[in-house]
Amino acid sequence: MEKRYANRQFVILGIFVLIGIAFIIRLFYVQLLANKYFLSANSNVLRHITQYPARGLIYDRNGKLLVYNEAAYDMMVVPRQVKEMDTVEFCRLLEIDIGSFRERLAKAKRYSWYRPSVFTQQISREQFAVLQEKLFRFPGFFVQPRTLRKYPYPIAAHTLGYVGEVSARTVENNPYYKPGDYIGISGIERSYEEVLRGKKGMKIRVVDVLNRDMGSFQEGKYDTLSVAGTDLWCTLDADLQAYGERLMQNKKGSIVAIEPTTGEILCMVSSPAFDPNLLVGRIRNENYRQLSGDTVNIPLFNRTLMATYPPGSTFKLVNALVAEQEGIVSPRYRIPCYGGFDLGDGHLVGCHLHETPVDMANAIQHSCNTYFCTIFKSLLEKDGFYETEQGYNRWRDHVMTFGFGAPTGLDLKSELPGFIPQTTYYDKYYGKNRWRSLTVISLAIGQGEILVTPLQLANMTATIANRGYYIIPHVIRGVGMNKNTELKYREKHYTTVASRHFEPVIEGMEQVVTLGTAMNARIDSVVVCAKTGTAQNPHGEDHSIFVAFAPRENPRIAISVIVENAGWGTTWAAPIASLMIEHYLKGTTKRTYQENKMLKGDLINP
Amino acid sequence: MRREHGIFYRIDKIVVVLYLILVFFGWLNIYAAVYNENQPSIFDFSQRYGKQLIWIVAALVLAVMVLAVDPKIFSQFAWLIYGGVILLLVVVIFVGRDISGARSWLRIGRIAIQPAEFAKLATALVVAKYLSRFDLNLKSFKSWIRPFALIGLPALLILLQRDLGSALVFASFLLVFYRFGMSQYILLSLLGMIVIGILALLVNQYILVGILFALAFIWFLMTQRRTRNLLIILTLFLASASYLFSVRFVVNQVLQPHQRERIYVLIGKTSDPQGAGYNVNQSLIAIGSGQFFGKGYLKGTQTKFHFVPEQSTDFIFCTVGEEWGFTGSLILILLYLGLFARIIILAERQRSTFSRIYGYSVASILFFHFFINIGMTLGLMPVIGIPLPFLSYGGSSLWAFTLLLFIFVRQDSYRSELV
Repeated sequence: MEKRYANRQFVILGIFVLIGIAFIIRLFYVQLLANKYFLSANSNVLRHITQYPARGLIYDRNGKLLVYNEAAYDMMVVPRQVKEMDTVEFCRLLEIDIGSFRERLAKAKRYSWYRPSVFTQQISREQFAVLQEKLFRFPGFFVQPRTLRKYPYPIAAHTLGYVGEVSARTVENNPYYKPGDYIGISGIERSYEEVLRGKKGMKIRVVDVLNRDMGSFQEGKYDTLSVAGTDLWCTLDADLQAYGERLMQNKKGSIVAIEPTTGEILCMVSSPAFDPNLLVGRIRNENYRQLSGDTVNIPLFNRTLMATYPPGSTFKLVNALVAEQEGIVSPRYRIPCYGGFDLGDGHLVGCHLHETPVDMANAIQHSCNTYFCTIFKSLLEKDGFYETEQGYNRWRDHVMTFGFGAPTGLDLKSELPGFIPQTTYYDKYYGKNRWRSLTVISLAIGQGEILVTPLQLANMTATIANRGYYIIPHVIRGVGMNKNTELKYREKHYTTVASRHFEPVIEGMEQVVTLGTAMNARIDSVVVCAKTGTAQNPHGEDHSIFVAFAPRENPRIAISVIVENAGWGTTWAAPIASLMIEHYLKGTTKRTYQENKMLKGDLINP
Repeated sequence: MRREHGIFYRIDKIVVVLYLILVFFGWLNIYAAVYNENQPSIFDFSQRYGKQLIWIVAALVLAVMVLAVDPKIFSQFAWLIYGGVILLLVVVIFVGRDISGARSWLRIGRIAIQPAEFAKLATALVVAKYLSRFDLNLKSFKSWIRPFALIGLPALLILLQRDLGSALVFASFLLVFYRFGMSQYILLSLLGMIVIGILALLVNQYILVGILFALAFIWFLMTQRRTRNLLIILTLFLASASYLFSVRFVVNQVLQPHQRERIYVLIGKTSDPQGAGYNVNQSLIAIGSGQFFGKGYLKGTQTKFHFVPEQSTDFIFCTVGEEWGFTGSLILILLYLGLFARIIILAERQRSTFSRIYGYSVASILFFHFFINIGMTLGLMPVIGIPLPFLSYGGSSLWAFTLLLFIFVRQDSYRSELV
């Protein structure tokens, strides 16, 4: 009877063949057309691990290590691979709460489901040791070694700068950086980022379904090695820096010391300072918030480059030099001082009691206002009373060659230019041709509109020490094995004042210490040349300013010290500068009384 | 043909060679699926490939034994074997061991067997025996009740062991029934129910009812306009519409959420690569990453690092897809189709009705496994855990399939003995 249904065998065979064809079409699609499966297979088993190079080390000028690296571990996550797991245990191991766990995971998911992102930064070595063994129970998580900056001495935070996570904008603009990477944010770390960072490498590992490492991918054929960052030799003297920071403790202000012949910065103290170790690792955010929240002392603010002050009497040195160069006055020429400079309208630029008349050296020694107002007036009116503007411009051009009015070109970012007004500034203020030398006479004594940074002041001192030239100040003297810095930091920048005009001014500076306003800055057997300054300031008490270099012949250090709201230059700035010089040249001081007084002096919480 | 040349000259060499290729290829892939670089010995009997090697040898012994006995005993003892297996199926419900949710294993001493695997064989024998009765009249609808009962009973018992996959295999006998006279409308309405059932969950119910109505209307226009035709079409329309709504109701209201989710994932309504769709997603990744030539034997990363669960058993085809690529998969599918076609051709040339029906049962059972298993790994079929014949790891299934096939080979050889 089944003969009737014999043709049904072909129906059945047809079904078999049809299903077979359906499978082959499906295979064709899955294996040959769609590449998403192929890509998913790779993301299943391949783990791209960035090899972070060790960041370059930073040494001081004597080879002392200032910045090194310490191992830390970042917990990474690939959200797609996260499966059900003991979240409570995981949170306990990482010392985070469940809410934070969800938040971090959500953030990682927003970045990418497939690519690893940082889950927890910088877990400690101890946590890492415990976690490592249990990590296989938490699929999707793995640990990536990183390095953290460490500072053996708690000094020079502003100059060294700090490292932090790269910003979203930088990631967008610079393909080198991936989210979670570190980048130098300030100081040397920032300006030498490309030297210090080295080159990232990439290791491709194969993992199994439990996220266990199963070895390298194709014997490491596609792995790239990381190249360690280059070490830097900076110009700072760690000893001097530390001493400066101690002297400046509980005071606001700054110290900048330069080696005049090389332009190398020996120390840069901005006070209040902070321990650079505070801005490292997981504690950074909290500490940063605290430091930036201190709006009274603004510790994060690098005063040496970013604070501007009227230079006060220290600026008389420049005015004297310019006057000499312009033939306004000869060093021997004596000018009488009767207690002040008459402005002719019943006002007087006052002066204190001293011998009279004074020549140039005496004028510097006594910081005689009358002398400097007189020569400044002559300087501006050299071409006639009605040609003040021309005279002013001539003066300004000279002043600019001392490194004022523009950033010096230091190898750190965020340096401010200071301010030496152009004639247009006064034109705007008083009207064209409506201002004369007497209108701007405060410039003669370093007051008025001009503003300088502590760095510029130190650079001026170095220029005088060099008798007429400076080398752009810099903080790095060697990159890697190559101890030569760029040409920029080896060229001499000559002022427009001839070298021969400097001796009389320097003579005056020596007398400042031996006979004049800063006899407390004397150092045994070292000839110190200096100038005090007192910068009037509208916000409170005057700033105490002092510039000095030593020894007089073949100077080895030029220094500027500013102590904010501390009164006369003599009281605070002078002794601190002198102690610094003595410390640098002799390594120690016998003036313990003065040293203790400076160390204990508390001008912030008196 | 002379008797002294023996049985081995009369067996169908194509079937035997295809069988041996599949078994050996299966073993290679099981080795790859559990392969451990640190422990590459092939004779490690604690590993699955080692055990499978023992089972293959045992299966070959069984095959030789089957070829050696008088083929008539299989038809003569069909009822006895069927009865014995039914008894085992009942026993296993009470004393069986629970393995991954199903109570389908029977432990005798150190050997554990799965009676369900042998139930297919016993049912094939008894179905052939019953349908080959010369006095049987299968014209009426009622006459099919007994054959359905024969396959329904073991299927029900296996369902009671919570082994849905093995129970579903008994549906493959519908193809056999169809070949030997069952109305094609049963198959067609089954197909229709599956299609409407899936659409019911995917498409808006009112649109679907509208489409059904339009189809019914067009059909009515194309037939002669008699009241009887109108009634038939109307009944069919109402039946499918109510079926449609009951499917929706059952899935959305009666089923547990996780069951509903699984159904949704299967029909592609939702995707859940981490949950219900994990197996299939990983399976597709493994197969898809094989590309044209595959990654090479023992080089499949998804296989080696165990991304696909159950890879040596139900998902063995992933290993083939990943390591042997499109070419290997294509060849494997062609091998299977060749085996099925060969069995059908051999069945058609049988003189004894018993052997012919039995041959169709063998082809249908093997095909059903092939269809569901590879369909499942390719994401076309629901994840129903049934093995791929001859390839999947497992002693019971290998022995059962071997017996199933070689009893037919023996019957076939007996055909020429009579010449």
